[in-house]
Parts: sequence; structure tokens; C-alpha cells
Amino acid sequence: MSTKTEALGLSREAMAWRAAQDIPDGAHVNLGIGIPEMVARFVPEGREVIYHSENGVLGFGPPPKPGEEDPELINAGKKPITLLPGACFFHHADSFAMIRGGHLDISILGALQVAANGDLANWSTGEGGVPAVGGAMDLVAGVKQVFIITEHTTRKGEPKLLKRCTYPLTGAGVVSRVFTNYGVFDVTDGRFIMREIAAGLDVETVRAATEGPLDIDPNLKTIESPALG
Amino acid sequence: MINKQVASVAEAVADIRDGSTVMISGFGEAGSPIELIHALIDQGARDLVVINNNAGNGFVGLAALIAAGRVRKVICSYPRSSNSEVFQQLYREGRIELELVPQGTLAERIRAGGAGIPAFYTPTAAGTPLAEGKEVREFNGRPHVLEYGLTADFALVKAERGDRLGNLVYNKTARNFGPIMCMAAKTTIVQVRHFVAAGEIDPEVVVTPGIFVDRVVHVPNPAQESKLVAEGVRYP
Repeated sequence: MSTKTEALGLSREAMAWRAAQDIPDGAHVNLGIGIPEMVARFVPEGREVIYHSENGVLGFGPPPKPGEEDPELINAGKKPITLLPGACFFHHADSFAMIRGGHLDISILGALQVAANGDLANWSTGEGGVPAVGGAMDLVAGVKQVFIITEHTTRKGEPKLLKRCTYPLTGAGVVSRVFTNYGVFDVTDGRFIMREIAAGLDVETVRAATEGPLDIDPNLKTIESPALG
Repeated sequence: MINKQVASVAEAVADIRDGSTVMISGFGEAGSPIELIHALIDQGARDLVVINNNAGNGFVGLAALIAAGRVRKVICSYPRSSNSEVFQQLYREGRIELELVPQGTLAERIRAGGAGIPAFYTPTAAGTPLAEGKEVREFNGRPHVLEYGLTADFALVKAERGDRLGNLVYNKTARNFGPIMCMAAKTTIVQVRHFVAAGEIDPEVVVTPGIFVDRVVHVPNPAQESKLVAEGVRYP
């Protein structure tokens, strides 16, 4: 449930839906904490996708109905999940062997900052407080493709798509695609390339909210998300 | 006859000494051996080093052990949860040490420790602050960080079913760190929801072979941590 108001462009659900459209049939995909958790709800018709959670499960589905939650059946965000036929469990060392060993096709993570060179910062603002890293550094080190889902700007309106990350890195040069409430961006050759833009937004608004070098795909498409519950 | 069953959680943890390193299974509340942790609080051992993925929730289980001032240092990957105030406050006050380890590195360090591998190189965290001060070596053109295996004096683990030989089966995503922690401790203590006769667990589905387990204690109705946290329960 988003507590934010007045956010431009896509809702959190629509960002998750849009990211799900780029997962090919048959892919094994790790979902990280936050908006990426919602991706499990939006497998496109006709595709079979195997979702992985770092805490030892392959083949989970959407969240359970209220009253059907099992505290011993959870995802990386410690939220209840359901299982699809063919699901399996394994211990943590095997789970990270899948991650680090290159067995997963896509990792979908949140971000504090993404840089045009593909650097990702998503575990610490470097400003004190209690640091926490979880599995993010293993995921970016081992999974073939890293997708990011994030709001385009911080709560204060500062850009999150930067020239260089200023926070401590999770990994260097690891991000290939970013889904924000403003659009879809490829990270290529040190630049962000906007492939799609949220309906109702103009390119200048996106430019003003992006610090890193930004190119616009000449065939820029508009994202029209369906009604999402 | 081999019989690893002990009568109570108090008996199971009786010999944990001050200064021990203790691995505790669980990912959040899933797989957390809350009754064994509470028995350890009652037992009184201090100056502990705890290895867990997290740092406890609310004021029960691991958070209660930390709140009781028994833990000198936590080795974990994610101590910052919505209900982890106990650890966060002690950390800010400089009253508890933290060794932050990427989750997969933590798991592999435990696995290696249990498998007799003293150290290994991993690509995880190369080029980040968590690799600072560590030996880095290039393999296949990529930097890798040297990490050391982890062992412990004791492991406290929760499983679903166990027998007198220590063979174990877990429940869903409560398996997480249990199997590797059983391997990495000198003395492994397991609470099981169902204690069954030897032979009742199909040998094909045993997850932790009994050789890795020293004590099994039957806890038929383990508490649900999130319920206790929601009810504001404090232990003791």
C-alpha cells in the first residue's frame, strides 16, 4: 500500500506490472524487497516464470488470501506467499549457489541510486544508522541481468538516476534496465536511454528529474497500463 | 543405543558457557528456535557472539536475548527490520558490535565452516565498502574477496521433525539456515515440533543427517514470534 500522494506517472503496482512484461517465458527470476515483491502478481498470460526468493523457495505465486497466511512460508521481505505446483524448498547455501553460480536469469531489486554506468547503491546512505545489506550484493554479483524498480525521484524530489552514485555501492556496472514511475530506461554505454514513457508525462519532466545523461529512443513508446487491483 | 533426545529446553542449553559463539537458525521469525533462545536467557550465559541472518524482532526470542544484555556481538546480514528496535538502540549507543556480512557470503561461510573449508574467494561485495581491508584476488578477470569459514560452539536450530538419531526435516521456508548451521557447530541443539521414531522419516527425504546433530528436544507447540510481537509480549 503506497502512502505517497501526488506521485507522477505509474503507480507502484503499474511499475511492477510493467517490469513483469519484460520477463521471458521460462525465466528464473529473483524478486527483492519492496516493489519487486509485487511482480509475482503480474505474470503475463501464456508465460511460465519461476520466481526465486533468497530465503529458500523456487516457484512461488501471488500473496495468499487473508486468513491463509503461513508464518513459515514467506518471501525475502518476510511477507506471506503461496506456492505454485512444482515449487521446492532448499537451504540458504543452495539458495545463494543458485544466485552466485549464475543459475538465475533476472534479479529485480529496488534502489536508492542508479548511475548511468550501471552502478547500483541500495543498502546504505553512508550517513550512520544501522547498516543492512541482505542478499543484494550476492544478487548483483551473480545473476545474469539486474532490473531495478524504483520511484524516479526521492521523497524530497531529488533524482535517483545519477551520473555517479554518491552512496556506498552494492555493485559496480551491474544494472541493465530501470523501471520507474516515469518510464523504462536501458543503461547502456554510460547513458540512460528512455524506451518508454508513462502516459500523461512529457519528456521535459523526465529530463528535469534525471541527473545522469539521458537519451530518448526515437521510437519512444507510451506505457498504457491496464487497471490493476 | 544412541538417543540424542533431551527432556527439556533447559537441559538442552545447560552447558552453554559465557563467551560462546552461538549460531541461531531463522530468517525473521521463520525457523527461529524461540523456546531454545528463551531457555538460554533463563540459563544466563553472557558475552555471547550470535550468528543469525537478522537481529531479532520486538522483545522476544533473539531480541530478548540481546535486550537482556547477553550478546556482545552479532554477525548478520540484515539487522534493520521494522521491529528491530532493541538491536538498533544498543548499536547506536555503541553497546553491541556488528559484523555485517552479505547474506550469501554469510551462508557460504557457515557452509564452509561445517565442511572443513577454512576460507574461499567470492565475487560478492568486491569493490564495495564491505570488502575493505580484505584480500582481493582476480579470477577469470573479475575481482574476488577472501572470506573465512564460520564455526560456532553451539547451534540452536528449529526443525519440523526429528528422531533419536538427529535426522531432521524442516517446514517450508523455515529451513533457511538450519541445515548449514547444524553442520558448523561443535554442539548442535535442535527443537522439533514432532519427535518421531527412527525409521519414520523416509531416508530419501532426510534434509539434515543425524551425524550433524547432538541434541533433540521436543517442542510440540512452538510460539509464533510475530504473534508475540503484535501482542507486545516481553521475555522474560
